[in-house]
Amino acid sequence: MKKKKEVKKIVFHSAKEMPLMPMSLGSMLYNKTGSWRNIKPVIDLEKCIQCGICWKFCPDISIYIENEYPVIDYDYCKGCGICAEECPTKCIVMVEEKK
Amino acid sequence: MKKEKTMKLSLPEEEFINSGHLACQGCGATLAMRYVLKATGKRTVVCIPACCWAVIDGPFPHSSLDVPIFHCAFETAASSATGVKAGLEMVGDHETTVVAFAGDGGTFDIGIQALSGAAERNDDIIYVCYDNEAYMNTGIQRSSATPYGAWTTTTPVKHFKNRPKKDIDAILAAHGIPYLATASIGYPEDLYKKAKKAKDIKGTRFLHIYTPCPAGWKSRPEDTIKLSRLVVQTGIFPLYEIEDGERYTINMKPKERKPINEYLKLQGRFRHLTEDQIALMQEQVDKNWERLLRRVSSEE
Repeated sequence: MKKKKEVKKIVFHSAKEMPLMPMSLGSMLYNKTGSWRNIKPVIDLEKCIQCGICWKFCPDISIYIENEYPVIDYDYCKGCGICAEECPTKCIVMVEEKK
Repeated sequence: MKKEKTMKLSLPEEEFINSGHLACQGCGATLAMRYVLKATGKRTVVCIPACCWAVIDGPFPHSSLDVPIFHCAFETAASSATGVKAGLEMVGDHETTVVAFAGDGGTFDIGIQALSGAAERNDDIIYVCYDNEAYMNTGIQRSSATPYGAWTTTTPVKHFKNRPKKDIDAILAAHGIPYLATASIGYPEDLYKKAKKAKDIKGTRFLHIYTPCPAGWKSRPEDTIKLSRLVVQTGIFPLYEIEDGERYTINMKPKERKPINEYLKLQGRFRHLTEDQIALMQEQVDKNWERLLRRVSSEE
């Protein structure tokens, strides 16, 4: 899976710029939901058994597979903790976010 | 990084949903959409009525899905999907799958006449109901999918809901639709298999997906998957398929059903229940499970 590309927010300055029909013009990737979280998951790859369960259950699609190992995209992770809860070897731990 | 084992994923890697969507932490509905779209693939049109997903998708002109979305009025999920499918047929496109993706309010209460009409006409759509057991988007009001005993803002603790959940699957099975299945996001492979099967069938297909809602159920966000597994293991929400309204198949038969207390204690909305009320609920669950088993055995 490739890393997500940068997308800018679309802003209309006048009604003339708007499309005639309400339609989707861009993705929500501009919305960096990482700022929502208080705790963040950290993966210890030494203990990882590459089961893919964290990737499978991530509701924010912020875990992607790179070089056969899961990588967390902290731009979008909302810190729900499902990955840490479901990890069979408990190699993901939730740590306090430093602000 | 010493291991050589290659990673085997149980679901296809392609995603049709982007990060940055507006779902709460630990949202089950997002996972339901993710798995259904993995099964139906790129050539899909999704019709979304007013429900959580109308918000999760994002504000105009942005969208968090990579497939076309049609936002429609609350009660018209099934009829809009019918219209989209008819339009596609008119221009000669017979391959695109049309999915109506509605919450439990838009299916059990408000959208049931449109759904019943579509099921009666046997229109070629997949209707997905993600069931979070209340009107979560507008602020946790009771719906007819809310189970007995649950707290919501319109059924407060002193007057909690004292009626059982509506059996929507039996209502739709009575329409004789070609395919109906219940699924839980705790078993994504099963959900994926059912959505894939539904895609290859013609006619109205109904998927009833159980999706926990941490905000409305007052549960911890990390328990979302645990709850959606427990609900199947306790027998509250059994996983089964009904073909042509009569052939029942139970997909997961737990050897020993867990006591429902294990499921209830993880959720704040059931915290006020007394031992007697829990015993009453357990009795009801047992009765429903027996009824399902009777239906299965009567077909054999």
